[in-house]
Amino acid sequence: MTPKTIQPESATSVHRSALAERPEHSAQSPLSIHAMTVAYGKKPVLWDVDYDAPKSALIAIVGPNGAGKSTLIKGCLGLIPRASGVVEFWGQPFRQVRKRVAYMPQRESVDWDFPVSALDVVAMGRYGRIGWCRPVGRAHKRAALDCLERVGLADVASRQIGKLSGGQQQRVFLARSLAQDADLYFMDEPFAGVDAATERAIINLLRELRTQGRTVICVHHDLATVPDYFDHVLLLNMRIVAAGPVKDVLTQTNIARTYGGRLTLLAQAAEAVAAQP
Amino acid sequence: MIALTASAPAAVPWHDIWNILVLRGGHNATIVMIGSGLLGLAAGLVGAFALLRKRSLSADALSHATLPGLAGAFLIAQWAGIAPNGAILLFGAALAGLIAMWCVELMTHHTRLTEDAAIGMSLSVFFGAGIVLLTVIQRHGGAQGGLKGFIYGQAASMMSDEAMLTGGIALGIILVSFLLHKELALVAFDEAFARVGGWRVFFIDAMLLLLVTLVTVAGLRIVGAILIVAMLIIPPAAARLWTDRVSFLLVLSGLIGGLSAYVGVAISATVPHAPTGAVIVLSAGAVFFVSLLAAPRRGLLAITLHHISLHLKVSQDHALRRLLLAEHETVSQYKCVWWLFSMLRLRRLVRVHKGTPTLTPSGAARATRVARNHKLWTQYLISRAEIAPSHVDWSVDQVEHVLSPELIAELEYELARAEAPTS
Repeated sequence: MTPKTIQPESATSVHRSALAERPEHSAQSPLSIHAMTVAYGKKPVLWDVDYDAPKSALIAIVGPNGAGKSTLIKGCLGLIPRASGVVEFWGQPFRQVRKRVAYMPQRESVDWDFPVSALDVVAMGRYGRIGWCRPVGRAHKRAALDCLERVGLADVASRQIGKLSGGQQQRVFLARSLAQDADLYFMDEPFAGVDAATERAIINLLRELRTQGRTVICVHHDLATVPDYFDHVLLLNMRIVAAGPVKDVLTQTNIARTYGGRLTLLAQAAEAVAAQP
Repeated sequence: MIALTASAPAAVPWHDIWNILVLRGGHNATIVMIGSGLLGLAAGLVGAFALLRKRSLSADALSHATLPGLAGAFLIAQWAGIAPNGAILLFGAALAGLIAMWCVELMTHHTRLTEDAAIGMSLSVFFGAGIVLLTVIQRHGGAQGGLKGFIYGQAASMMSDEAMLTGGIALGIILVSFLLHKELALVAFDEAFARVGGWRVFFIDAMLLLLVTLVTVAGLRIVGAILIVAMLIIPPAAARLWTDRVSFLLVLSGLIGGLSAYVGVAISATVPHAPTGAVIVLSAGAVFFVSLLAAPRRGLLAITLHHISLHLKVSQDHALRRLLLAEHETVSQYKCVWWLFSMLRLRRLVRVHKGTPTLTPSGAARATRVARNHKLWTQYLISRAEIAPSHVDWSVDQVEHVLSPELIAELEYELARAEAPTS
């Protein structure tokens, strides 16, 4: 970040200077990212990301492959070290509000041959409440089963996770993040590789979370469904191209700027077709 | 010491083995047996966690690196004029093991080497260094009697206080793995999720490494530096064949480890010149072999049986479908071997009259079901190939068992549209 407006009294702390620079509403915001830069080795993946997420909204992170969509989430959650920048949740650093944040990694990130049942995986969402060295009690098991029921998988609760279909595995992951009972959900490609029925089931659950006042931030790969599924969109390609309500942000120009030449060509072709009588 | 029987080398002293197994081999033998059994149990437990965390190879690097540690400690002790006792040797072993792990860490983080290459490097270099140090010890004519027991394992010569210490360490390991089993399994399954949830992944991994080190060092006296890693790998590998649950895996792996250590020590104590470590590992290997053959679903027998029944079902369904479509008229035209039709007749699905096969009502019903299933799967693969579940036997699994009712309704609708005459 560029600490050009550092106040004298907060000069010792980058953190406080960042707070001073930010607009006032961001202390209410479930997630506010300020000047975040993430690099793998010497190669920067995200440049100077600034973003304030609104409360109780479904937010999509959209962009081409390699745009840093997953990296944005991982950077916020501290899974990847940030080169610079400040990320705050309800105005506080992550470690103080961990319990209010849930994370659903990509399905491919784990070994589905692992010897656990669907219920065992969902129960992991309760581990934060259970704490060190204590077994999963009956109440937590019941809570996990409830979450499985909400995603329609109560009947396969005791099945080993490798024996579930791809869509069912995705829903097990969703149930696990539901079990965390958080206020802010990060989901990495929750709709990847699922059938239409599962996709509907998932989006219905996300909408339910929104009506309960929670915020969901999804990495999403399907531009076509963004207006249907999401309230806000964050167009990303190493930097934020545009962010805000879907109807304002998801314009032809912004999409072209996000996806670069490849889609510009496509868009031009589409316009050419549309221009024909 | 457990008394070695002076029976003829060819005869297996079954009676003595039995006496030791039921703990009637004297006070010292009893304690050695219990200590070894507990250590085997601990090794099985810790090994199961290492297997789940995909760290079995690291355990290998660690255990082989104990060799230069033992030899180095021996040399240093001699040089300093101290009698190289067990404690010094074990400390050297643990230190060298941890240094080897640290080297692996360094190499994977700061070079382009992958973890397996780094482990291979560190394992072979440390072991090579160990062998060189051993040669040095031999050349100087050092009394290496004490050393040999740590390299090949010599439970029979253990004293009861050594065995009690081993047993105590093993109990501690068992207790810690029991307390931390939830955390260890969580980190093994989904590290990123654990990290976000605030679990100290580094600490949990360090605990696993500590447990592996403790098992290795405590087991040196029983199994020896060369083979101790087998006690961390074989029991969980065998247990994994029997179960799909972490809890059962832990219990089974612990039991297999404990039992093989127990039986192995008993055999090696009674049969003259039987090396303890090798006998223990062979006992565990025998359990693994039996598991490989006989385990349900994952065992070779079960897999073969499954293949045969699959083959039978597919060929039966195939024959039924072709009968339904009445492609051919006589049995010989079906190119099916005689037993297939005999089986279909036996199950009253087909009647054969003067060489002409016909479907019975139940046969016709099944054939229709098979044909519909086949069509639905075909349609599914055509329209939804990109989300095809990976674990389906297309020709055998019923659509209803895999797909949701809504999806089947959609498929049927698509199929009906595709089959409708285009006008």
